[in-house]
Amino acid sequence: MPTINLNKKAFEKLIGRVLPLEKLKDRISYLGTDLEKIEGNEIIVEVFPDRPDMLSIQGFARAFSSFIGSKKGLRKYIVKKSNYKVVIDKSVKNIRPYTACAIVKNISFDNEKIKEVVQIQEKLHITYGRNRKKAAIGIYPFEKIKPPIRFIARKPEEIKFQPLEFSREINGRQILSQHPAGREYGSLLEGLSKYPIFIDANNEILSMPPIINSHKTGKITEQTKDIFVECSGFDFHVLAICLNIIVTALADMGGKIYSMELIYPGKKIVCPNLEPRKILFNLVAMNTWLGLNLKERDAKNYLQRMGYGYSKGQVLVPAYRADVLHEVDIFEDIAIAYGFENFKEEIPNVATIGEEDGFEKFKNKIAELLIGFNLIEISSYNLTNKQDMLDKMNIKMDYVELENASSDYNVLRTWLIPNALKILKENKRYDYPQRLFEIGTIFKKNLKEETGIEENTRVSVVVSHSTAGYTEIKQILDTLLSNLSLKYSIMETEHNSFIPGRVGRVIVNERKIAYIGEIHPQCLENFTLEMPVAAFELNLTDIFKIINKE
Amino acid sequence: MDINKLIKALHPLERSVLPVLTTCTTLDDITRITLLKEVEVMRSVQWLQNKKIITVQEEVEEKLDLDTNGKKYRDEGLPERKLLKILKDKTLTIPQIKEKSNFSNDELNICIGILRKKAAIFIIKEKELVVKLSDRGKKLITKEMLEEQFLKKEFPISLKELKDEEKFAYTSLKKRKKIIKTILVKTKNIQLTDLGKKILDHGIESTDIIDKLTPQILKKGTWKHKDFRRYDVAINVPKTYSGKRHFINQAIKYVKRIWMDMGFKEMTGTLVQTSFWNFDALFTAQDHPVRDMQDTFFIKNPKLGKLPNKVIVEKVKKTHENGWTTGSKGWDYKWDVNEARKNVLRTHTTCLSARTIATLKENDLPGKFFSVGKCFRNETVDWSHLFELIQVEGIVVDPNANFRNLVGYLKEFFNKMGFEEVRIRPGYFPYTEPSAEVDVFHPVKKKWIELGGSGMFRPEVTKPLFEKTIPVLAWGLGLERSILDYYEIKDIRDIYKNDLKQLREVKLWLQ
Repeated sequence: MPTINLNKKAFEKLIGRVLPLEKLKDRISYLGTDLEKIEGNEIIVEVFPDRPDMLSIQGFARAFSSFIGSKKGLRKYIVKKSNYKVVIDKSVKNIRPYTACAIVKNISFDNEKIKEVVQIQEKLHITYGRNRKKAAIGIYPFEKIKPPIRFIARKPEEIKFQPLEFSREINGRQILSQHPAGREYGSLLEGLSKYPIFIDANNEILSMPPIINSHKTGKITEQTKDIFVECSGFDFHVLAICLNIIVTALADMGGKIYSMELIYPGKKIVCPNLEPRKILFNLVAMNTWLGLNLKERDAKNYLQRMGYGYSKGQVLVPAYRADVLHEVDIFEDIAIAYGFENFKEEIPNVATIGEEDGFEKFKNKIAELLIGFNLIEISSYNLTNKQDMLDKMNIKMDYVELENASSDYNVLRTWLIPNALKILKENKRYDYPQRLFEIGTIFKKNLKEETGIEENTRVSVVVSHSTAGYTEIKQILDTLLSNLSLKYSIMETEHNSFIPGRVGRVIVNERKIAYIGEIHPQCLENFTLEMPVAAFELNLTDIFKIINKE
Repeated sequence: MDINKLIKALHPLERSVLPVLTTCTTLDDITRITLLKEVEVMRSVQWLQNKKIITVQEEVEEKLDLDTNGKKYRDEGLPERKLLKILKDKTLTIPQIKEKSNFSNDELNICIGILRKKAAIFIIKEKELVVKLSDRGKKLITKEMLEEQFLKKEFPISLKELKDEEKFAYTSLKKRKKIIKTILVKTKNIQLTDLGKKILDHGIESTDIIDKLTPQILKKGTWKHKDFRRYDVAINVPKTYSGKRHFINQAIKYVKRIWMDMGFKEMTGTLVQTSFWNFDALFTAQDHPVRDMQDTFFIKNPKLGKLPNKVIVEKVKKTHENGWTTGSKGWDYKWDVNEARKNVLRTHTTCLSARTIATLKENDLPGKFFSVGKCFRNETVDWSHLFELIQVEGIVVDPNANFRNLVGYLKEFFNKMGFEEVRIRPGYFPYTEPSAEVDVFHPVKKKWIELGGSGMFRPEVTKPLFEKTIPVLAWGLGLERSILDYYEIKDIRDIYKNDLKQLREVKLWLQ
């Protein structure tokens, strides 16, 4: 989850109060953020991903000061009208179709503020912007730009400018291969014949989103007063909220917000829109959901403590809130303002009957039986690799592979005995006899299943010592099956993991339910084992079906 | 101690050893005379010592032993002997000797040096330097050298025992590489104590003592009027191990018990799930980072699974796109059916909760359900991370449930887990609202620790699955945390190490 770093002094100035350290820690965690640490003048807070508006010191302080009651209720942000225009060319339609833009004037930038702006931009890129895929943000010194600005797509070779912190002018394609930001985010433009750019009335390129700004017209310095902000991406609604989060933070920094006219092919949009969204408030539903008995004025107070406005049965949701999808989101905020610590527990008198799953119960019975044989239960991973599972066992079979896992663990196991041998290998230094069992899931392809994969539960039993052999392992199987009142037969079979002539297939009710035998010395050698091993692997899923006459 | 009792407690081995102790003082002597095996003698000496019948003093003595070359020369003969044989009938140049003997340069130089010293050879300059046997050398061919005699002795030997000519051989061999080494040999000096002497005086032979009770003795009744050899009941015995369940499964059994006591019914399901049940049904947007390759394991083949009936899929799709009739705005994007069909290793057991809710009818309510099962995260394994985890989760589906009830259930559940104090803090999960982190006060560590997550399922989750919005209280925790805590294990990887010593000796889960 994303974290932000707050300068404690600046934070206290913004919230208008100095809280004792313990109180500060307590309030931060009850606001619904996780305090990572407070050290000296630095506060590090983890912000939950549903609150991107709290990813700046301004946004965080705004929420916090409401919560502690020092500045409650909906904040009013004034958007002054301007005639500045951004023209969106139809060439961006299949490239990066949308942008939302605004101007913020009169900010006195110093080093600290520049850092804050960079932090907002970075944090939003990573979280809400999904690493610039969903939204990319550009911030420019407006003084160096001549409006109207155009958003247009051009062939990479025809895009030429000096990217930020780069020594010379290069073209669009070169930016992707030579500039660090190009190398990192270049995949977002992969396969496109044209790249999007912002360009001003002097034909000066401002940036090539979502990659990099121009060094000449896209760098904020301590001399900057007015800035142009744009967000670009694929969903206008997402971009508009992203823009709102930035401009409100800049306004809290002292800036004045000016609108821009976005001229899309066929329609005009004025941006930003900081009018709060209105949602009908259902007091009864809220009290029912939370188990409270709040009056309207209590609810109003709690709403204001979370930065909402409330008027005549309607909640006014700030335009920078990205997370309010449903009234339950507002209910949660009321619960937070009410204080999670203040909810009195109540257990309803609801009688239900507890019950263990039948198959789970059966598995436990099997385990108990095996313990009676002095076997120790092992527990291994479901993930393994082909080499251990098949190659070392000297067999070939089809198996289910993972798309994206490290090569040691990229296969779902098709049987259990290889894991048991691996465990014997790790335990060679301890006393023999070593007698182990495991109950676990195995996987094989079966297109009849919902996922195309059949999962069965099996039990493996291995015994290893200087005289371990077929008789001993068959004794265990025999007793196990007779305890389940199952009649079985064993037919001779061939299996490359076992010694020829010492491996059998166990059959119950015409179902083949187990292999049993002595492990082939070649397999033992592959696992560097120097003690004989006898083993069986039994399909418990099938046995359970047989017992239940399925 | 009563001498009679002591005598009755003597083991047959002790009875064989005791009488010879009047003349023998070392293990070797005892073994030789009693004809017992060495380990039997050692064991009985140990027992007798424990009973204070004898004293055993360890003495350390420096002794001589053969080193690697020493053993080789004992078996194959000294190199100078080989050289003498080679030179028996002929005069050879140095390179010729080298070729015939296969000596290293070092060995050759030493041999020549030794034989010259013994005046057994001389070197003359003809065209080249040649080596020739002297008369003395010719005699030596048939005579055994002192060094050779010395090597044939039985090692290790005490330096004190050496005769003069042996000392001479020893000093000459000592200078050469890896022939003789000195070792420290421990010997045991065994002496009868006064008690031991008394016992012997008293006499230890007895036909009236039964060592082992056998079926024959029982059948014939010959045990009557006889005494049994008394045992040392506090004696150490070789270790034996019981069969045992893996401690993970003991912990699972324990936590299941708690759920069942609270009236919850178990849910189970497959480890591979479609993204539909793992994510979409839980209102996790299709572009949510948790659905990225770096967080979740995807199946390569078969890549896609089947979706449930169209009605439910359509509702979930609409809920994602525009909120459907749930009262939500939805995620405002185009829902992709293929994204939902992607097979994954389940990242939480919450998918089982979603499936359960989808099967419920109005008159099944209220219902309480739990699951305990493996989940998977694409994590790099280290001391605090594993890619397979055990998640414990429960839901209460009850038309009258509310957030205060959740707090109530949480307190009851975690109290049963052994934590008296439970508190909640705001948290975040994509499918619950409100969401809360659960902290418990650790009675030993004396501090609050985060142990679980909880919340009420969003209407966007419940309505498409159950037909109408219904409160569902949900909470869960990772079981590994409790296992680490109970067994005081620091490294989470040790839970799946399957170290046999650990498994054999670990205490049972006694909660």
